[in-house]
Amino acid sequence: MNISGIEFIKGCSAIGAGLAVIAGIGPGVGQGIAAGHAASAVGRNPGAKSDITSTMLLGQAVAETTGLYGLLVAMILIFVQPLAK
Amino acid sequence: MYTCSNALLMAKEPDFMIKGIFSYELFGHKVWITNTHVSILIVMLLILVFSIVVHGKIKKMDPYKAPPMLVNIAEFIMDFISNMTVGVMGSKAGKFVNYIGTIAIFILISNVSGLLGLRPPTADYGVTFPLGVLTFCLILFNKFKYQKPIGVLKGLCEPWPFWLPINLIGDVAVPISLSLRLFANILSGTVMMALYYALLPFFVKIGIPSVLHVYFDLFSGAIQTYVFCMLTMTYISDAIGEG
Repeated sequence: MNISGIEFIKGCSAIGAGLAVIAGIGPGVGQGIAAGHAASAVGRNPGAKSDITSTMLLGQAVAETTGLYGLLVAMILIFVQPLAK
Repeated sequence: MYTCSNALLMAKEPDFMIKGIFSYELFGHKVWITNTHVSILIVMLLILVFSIVVHGKIKKMDPYKAPPMLVNIAEFIMDFISNMTVGVMGSKAGKFVNYIGTIAIFILISNVSGLLGLRPPTADYGVTFPLGVLTFCLILFNKFKYQKPIGVLKGLCEPWPFWLPINLIGDVAVPISLSLRLFANILSGTVMMALYYALLPFFVKIGIPSVLHVYFDLFSGAIQTYVFCMLTMTYISDAIGEG
């Protein structure tokens, strides 16, 4: 089986894209911790529920950014293929 | 055999890229009108028609009767946005309610426009980056207006003067991370829906996509709108400081 150079690069780009979305682990853990602490905070002080929810959403959105960077790298590797040009 | 089963399983190639519709020459450059422009125009038309209709209704309204439904909706939107802004920025909210309201309505309708079969305009970095730059200009303007250049310089040299480059990078990262967050969230929803529609056999496309649309278009779009407005308000009230 003959694999040309460009096909090899495309295959490696696909593997790299798969590796890039491993970045999603970190935000997942971080968002889970934030949600857990928010839940316990609501349990302790149910009156402040709306404030806690908005703070939690803000923090989770900021924590999500790094995972999204991994996703963007994966998308660029698959759909734009800058290395195979 | 292979082609037959392949045709059954894969309806078509996934299709979520930005496509050019026609091009023209401008100052020697080839400029494309893409489907982002088309969907942004449709979103603008929707907002414009809604505003004109509500304006007409409010003009004709009798203050001693119950308001019609459209006016109620408009009042609800206005109440929500001004409560949110005042809740975050406190006494500094003032005229920022206009900016936050404009941005919130535009981003929300853009994010939700995936339900109308459009490609969401916010899934194009050329749309979200100007929004981030706009916010960045507002932050800079208010910083220089309220803290004076001396205060800005002092803030840049925060713990020690040799932290200046790090603080500068942190400031420049604000519009980039703001716009990339919105862009990547909406793009991931668009790509997910396109892959679902293109790569799966036809019998899972009945009923199930409605749930996915609720999550990717409505929930994710609303959350991202909220986050963008929230971060904008936080940054601006930080820039204004105590004064």
